[in-house]
Amino acid sequence: MSRHLKEAIIKSIFAVFAFVSVLILALIVVFLFREGIPVFKEVSVVDFIFGKEWYPTYDPPSYGIWSLIVGSVIVTVFSCLIAVPLGVLSAVYISEMAPASIKDVVKSIIELLAGLPSVVLGFFGMVVVAPFLQETFDLPTGLNIVNASVILAIMAIPTISSISEDALYAVPQEFKEASYALGATKYETIAKVIVPAALSGISTAVILGMARAIGETMVVLMVAGGAAAIPESIFDSVRPMPASIAAEMGEAPFGSGHYHALFATGIVLFFLTLTFNLIADYISRRFKETGSATL
Amino acid sequence: MNTEAVARFRVRGTSMKWRYLRQHVFFAVVRLSALMIALALGGIIIYIVVNGISVISWDFITLPPADSMTQGGIMPAILGTLYLTIGAIAVALPLGVVSAIYLTEYAKQGKFIRLIRTGVNCLAGVPSVVFGLFGLGFFVVYLHFGSCILSGAMTLAALILPTIIGASEEALKAVPQMFREASLALGASKWQTIYKIILPTALPGILTGSILGVGRAAGETAPIMFTAAAFFTAKLPGSIFDEVMALPYHIYVLATAGTHIEQTRPIQYGTVLVLVGLVLGVDLIAIIVRGYMRKKKRW
Repeated sequence: MSRHLKEAIIKSIFAVFAFVSVLILALIVVFLFREGIPVFKEVSVVDFIFGKEWYPTYDPPSYGIWSLIVGSVIVTVFSCLIAVPLGVLSAVYISEMAPASIKDVVKSIIELLAGLPSVVLGFFGMVVVAPFLQETFDLPTGLNIVNASVILAIMAIPTISSISEDALYAVPQEFKEASYALGATKYETIAKVIVPAALSGISTAVILGMARAIGETMVVLMVAGGAAAIPESIFDSVRPMPASIAAEMGEAPFGSGHYHALFATGIVLFFLTLTFNLIADYISRRFKETGSATL
Repeated sequence: MNTEAVARFRVRGTSMKWRYLRQHVFFAVVRLSALMIALALGGIIIYIVVNGISVISWDFITLPPADSMTQGGIMPAILGTLYLTIGAIAVALPLGVVSAIYLTEYAKQGKFIRLIRTGVNCLAGVPSVVFGLFGLGFFVVYLHFGSCILSGAMTLAALILPTIIGASEEALKAVPQMFREASLALGASKWQTIYKIILPTALPGILTGSILGVGRAAGETAPIMFTAAAFFTAKLPGSIFDEVMALPYHIYVLATAGTHIEQTRPIQYGTVLVLVGLVLGVDLIAIIVRGYMRKKKRW
């Protein structure tokens, strides 16, 4: 076989393998729809998404996931209130302030935090955070929005921190030098030069962190409390979408309306996180820092 | 500049003293953030170790559960998690490395490559429970595998694929360009260069990076809930078409759905400690090996 032919064949085989990721993504969409679409024979798309009644096992059942969507959004927003400052500031610490030896330790800690299985964090939320909240605030249950948000924040911090750190690290050295040369303090250099220059990367980090929080399952399944209702206070229980899917799939009879409704919830969840990811992808492509020449 | 001059030096009406004060406050807040993250990890790990260590014994890791889960060990769950993780890596590692080679070594900028990159990024962001639904719809129902090791391992493989691609790409990019040029200049073909030069150089990086990612596979619960995991199996799995117990699922069920939640608490702590020990132990080894390799690197 001629060398060129062999090379060409190898290259195409590699391309086919590389395409598998796209294929899996396509298969996910196909099978979510295949199993999820049948529910729309029983309920309209609008009623499904905006319906406030989620009683899938009643007769007749009602499939409205609005309270699940609200639950997901609330725990995500609250977890980001905690995770964004901590994640971004820890990235600033690693990339701009920490001495070399401590830097490696902090980076390892964040990697290990990312490695903690979600079920372990959920368990921690159940046996430590929940009793603490219950006693401190004299609540009927410690499994609520606050608990889920705190634990989700721990899960989102590594994502936000490591991507922000990459973005801060990519800021050209000349920017800092120019800032110092103008007489700026280190704080002013960080706050007014480095962070703004890395802002697109930091935004990407925040969006991906939110996507991680909104899609996280075990934590919300174990510590959010599971009430499928619109919450009135931050100490109320909620039932975010992933929790609903994971908790009910085991009981939903195969092929039933409930089964299809859970897949349809999966469709909503999938497209929600996909949107977040595509925005992050767009930002990181559009505002790619290509060096000082672009500014 | 003498001190008096410094004191008179103003930026937008702000004195030097004030500017340094602000810096001190900011630095303190930043240090505090890093410290809080370290304390969170430390606190969680210490809590797990303190509560779980007394449960760990040889019997605990070598015996099956007994007396409706209130006694005995967790050996079938450990075994099940190993099967699922090894299965997932066996599928995802070759696929991921080849994808990464294509992306870094062959692909030129264009629509196709952008499609793949966007695909990988989006796949990385798919929620774990959606992978579970996909595994249920595709492997369990459509391909008629049923709930079994094969379905679970394939679902986990899909989940960790983007991580392995990312880690491999990073390792491949770290191979100096001159290695490629030297090899090509000696008359090697592109494939020979990849196979004999680039891959061996990048392999340690690929492996450590991938290990850090696949710890996730061992700890994931949602993707295996509907595709592989069973609360209890009387026998150990005999083939890849059998259901298995798994550590994360075991923790979840005992902590939330069991009939003896309080009685099985010690077993829950023990299982959590075993899972965390497995996952973080492997992660820690990978981190240390990587640090060692970075220091040893001669280019």
